Amino acid sequence: MADTMELRDIEVWDGNMAASQALRQVQVDVVAAYPITPSTPIVENYANFTANGYVDGEFVMTESEHGAMSCCIGAAAAGGRVATATSSQGFALMVETLYSASGMRLPIVLNVVNRALGAPLNVNGDHSDMYLGRDSGWIQIDCYNPQNAYDMNMIAFKVAEDHDVRLPAMVHQDGFMTSHTAQGVKTLTDEQVYNFVGEFKPMNDMLDLDHPVTHGVQTEEDWHFEHKARQQHALMTVVLPKIQTAFDEFEKLTGRKYNLVETYNMEDAEIAVVCMGTSVETAEEVSNELRAQGIKAGVVGIRVFRPWPLEQIAETLKGVKAIAALDRSSPHGTVGTLYNELAGSLFNTGTNAVLTNYIYGLGGRDLTKAHLVGIYNDLKANMDAGKPTTPLQQYIGLRGPKLSFF
Amino acid sequence: MSEIKKIKNLKEFSTSADRFEGANLLCPGCAHSIIVREVLNATNDDLILAASTGCLEVCTAVYPYTSWDASWIHIGFENGSSAVAGAEAMYKALKTKGRLKQPDRTPKFVAFGGDGATYDIGFQWISGCFERGHNMMYVCLDNEVYANTGGQRSSSTPIGASATTTPAGRVSYGEKMNKKDMMAIMAAHGAPYVAQVAPNKWKDMVAKIQKGFAAEGPVYINAMSACTTEWKFAPEDTIAISDLATDSLVFPLYEIIDGTKLNITYRPKNVIPVRDYLGAQGRFKHLFTSKYEHLIEEWQARVDAKWDYLQRREEASV
Repeated sequence: MADTMELRDIEVWDGNMAASQALRQVQVDVVAAYPITPSTPIVENYANFTANGYVDGEFVMTESEHGAMSCCIGAAAAGGRVATATSSQGFALMVETLYSASGMRLPIVLNVVNRALGAPLNVNGDHSDMYLGRDSGWIQIDCYNPQNAYDMNMIAFKVAEDHDVRLPAMVHQDGFMTSHTAQGVKTLTDEQVYNFVGEFKPMNDMLDLDHPVTHGVQTEEDWHFEHKARQQHALMTVVLPKIQTAFDEFEKLTGRKYNLVETYNMEDAEIAVVCMGTSVETAEEVSNELRAQGIKAGVVGIRVFRPWPLEQIAETLKGVKAIAALDRSSPHGTVGTLYNELAGSLFNTGTNAVLTNYIYGLGGRDLTKAHLVGIYNDLKANMDAGKPTTPLQQYIGLRGPKLSFF
Repeated sequence: MSEIKKIKNLKEFSTSADRFEGANLLCPGCAHSIIVREVLNATNDDLILAASTGCLEVCTAVYPYTSWDASWIHIGFENGSSAVAGAEAMYKALKTKGRLKQPDRTPKFVAFGGDGATYDIGFQWISGCFERGHNMMYVCLDNEVYANTGGQRSSSTPIGASATTTPAGRVSYGEKMNKKDMMAIMAAHGAPYVAQVAPNKWKDMVAKIQKGFAAEGPVYINAMSACTTEWKFAPEDTIAISDLATDSLVFPLYEIIDGTKLNITYRPKNVIPVRDYLGAQGRFKHLFTSKYEHLIEEWQARVDAKWDYLQRREEASV
C-alpha cells in the first residue's frame, strides 16, 4: 500500500510537478517512460515518489520512447492503469506505437510537454509535436498553466478508461513556459483524486487467465475499414460528451469550471484570436486592455484539440467578424493547422467572418503582448474592410524581412 | 514455483493438449509451428504471449480468427519483447496491489520473433528488456531471412546464402556478411539462461524450455527454424534438413548459464560434412559451381572453429 502524501491546499508547483502529483494520486499501476527535455522532471518526480514509498505500482525506465510506449501498450492490454510522459523527438519516435495504442483501444495517458521538432535541434516549447499526433486517434487535451496540468490529468484518466471510450489520451502543456514555471496550484487530497477518477475496471485484460484474449490482430481490406470506422465513431460521438460530464463533476468537486472550448470576453466580441497553451492567458490580458479602449476583443482557447469540437467552435465564433488563428508550429507547405480547423468549422455556417493565420513562437520564442495588440489591430482593419487587409498567413516575432504567404 | 511438466515420450508430447492450433496459415513444412508447439507444450502454466510482426504473427491471428488459446498480443515489428515486458510489469503491479483475478496462478511471459525482429529491428528493445531483468522468455524463430516479406537478407543470413536483397549472380555469391552471434550477445547481458535449440531435437528443446521457465529473469532461446520457402527444400524435408543442420554442427546445440557457464547439449555420433547441409538447400545452389566452391571449404572451417571454441569454453567451464 502506497503512503499518502499530505499536501497544502495550495502548493507551488510547476507544470511538470503538477502532472507528476496527479499520476501519483490516481495510483497508476505501470509507468514506463524515457527521459527527454522538458518532460523529464515528470518521471524524475515520479521516481522520487516511488523511491519514498508513495507509489506501489511498477516504474519501468525503458531504453527509448518507442520502448516506453510499447511497454505501456503491453501493460494496458494486460489490464491496469498506465501512463507515461514525453516531448518532441521522443514523441516523434513514439508515433508508430501511438497508432497501435488507439487502434487497440487501450486507455493510456500520455503527458506531452510540447517542444519543437528538429532540425535544427531545439529544446523549447512549440506545438509541432502536438500537431504531429493529431491524426493518431488519441484524445488531446490542452493545458494553459500548471493548475490545468494537474486537473486535466484527472479528466484524461476518467474519460480514457470509461468503457464506452477506451481510447488513449494526451495531456499537453507548453514546454518550459508551463512545465518549468512554478505557480500556485490548488490541490485535492489523495483520496479525493482517487475517488474522482475511480478504480480501474479492466476489460479484455490479458491477465484474466480464464478468458484469454487476442490484441493486435491482422486485418486487410476485409475488416480494416470497419475497425477504423468504429474507432472513429467512438472518438467522434462518445468522447466530447464524456469530457463534458467529467468537467461538470470536476466543477462540483473543486469549483473549477472547464469547457471544451474556453472563451474569454467573447459574449459580444467582434474580433477574436483562437490559440492554445500559454498564449491563451496572454491574449486574455491583451483583450482586457483593448476592451478598456472600447474594442470588442475576445479570446478562444482550444481545450480539447482531439476530437475537434467543431460544432462548439462554430457556435462560439458565429457572431465574430474577424478571427485570427494562431499556430505555434511551422505549417510546412500550407496554412496553419488551427487555421485549417477553423476554416473547416466555419464553412457552411453562413458566416462572413474574415479568417487569417499567424505563425508565431517557433522553438520557444516569446509571444508578447505587443504582438497580440498588432494582431488585434489587423483584425479590426479586416472587420472594418469586410475582407483581409493583410496576407492570409503572416509570421510574427520573426527577425529580418517580414514573411507572409497567400 | 510451479511444477515442471513431466513428458514421457514424443507421442504423448505431440498429442498433449496444446494452446497453438494446427489451423493456421503458415506454409506446409514451416518449422515455426513445430517450435511454438514444443515451447508451449513444455509447460502447463498459464501463458501470456507476444509476437512481433512476421510470418508467425500474420499467419496465426488474422481477424476474426486466432490460432492461440492463450492471451496474445502483437504491436509491431520491433517491440514484441517490450509488449510482454509491459504485461509482466502489470502482473507485478497488480500482484503487489492485490488485484490479480487469479492470485494463486503464476503465468509465464513469452515473446516470439523472427530473426529480423530479433537480430535487426527489435535488437534495442530486446536488449532493454534483458538489461531491466523482466521475468520473461524471448524465443527467436531463426530462419535466417525476412521470410514474411519475401526473402530479404537479415543480419542472421549466413555467408553465401542467396537472398532477394543479396542475390547470387554472375559476380556475386550472395550474402557477404557472417551471421551475427546473438547467443553471445544475449549471454553478455548476464541473462540467467540462454540456449540454442532445434525442433528435431525435441527432448533437448523441452529440457531447455523448462530450464528457461524455471529461471528468474529474462531468458533467450535461439530456435533454428528451417524455412521450406526461402531455404528452398521440399516441405516434407523440414526435420531432415534440421537433422543436417544439427549433425553438421552448423547449428550447435548449447546453453549458457548466467552468461558465464557454457554447456554443449548435443554431440552428434557421426558429424556430417557441412557440404551435405548446404547441398540440400536451393539458397546455396550456386556454391556448387567451380567459381564459388572454395566457399564451401571456408564454411567447413568456420563451423569447425566455432565447435572448437564451444568445446574449449565448456571444458574451461566459462
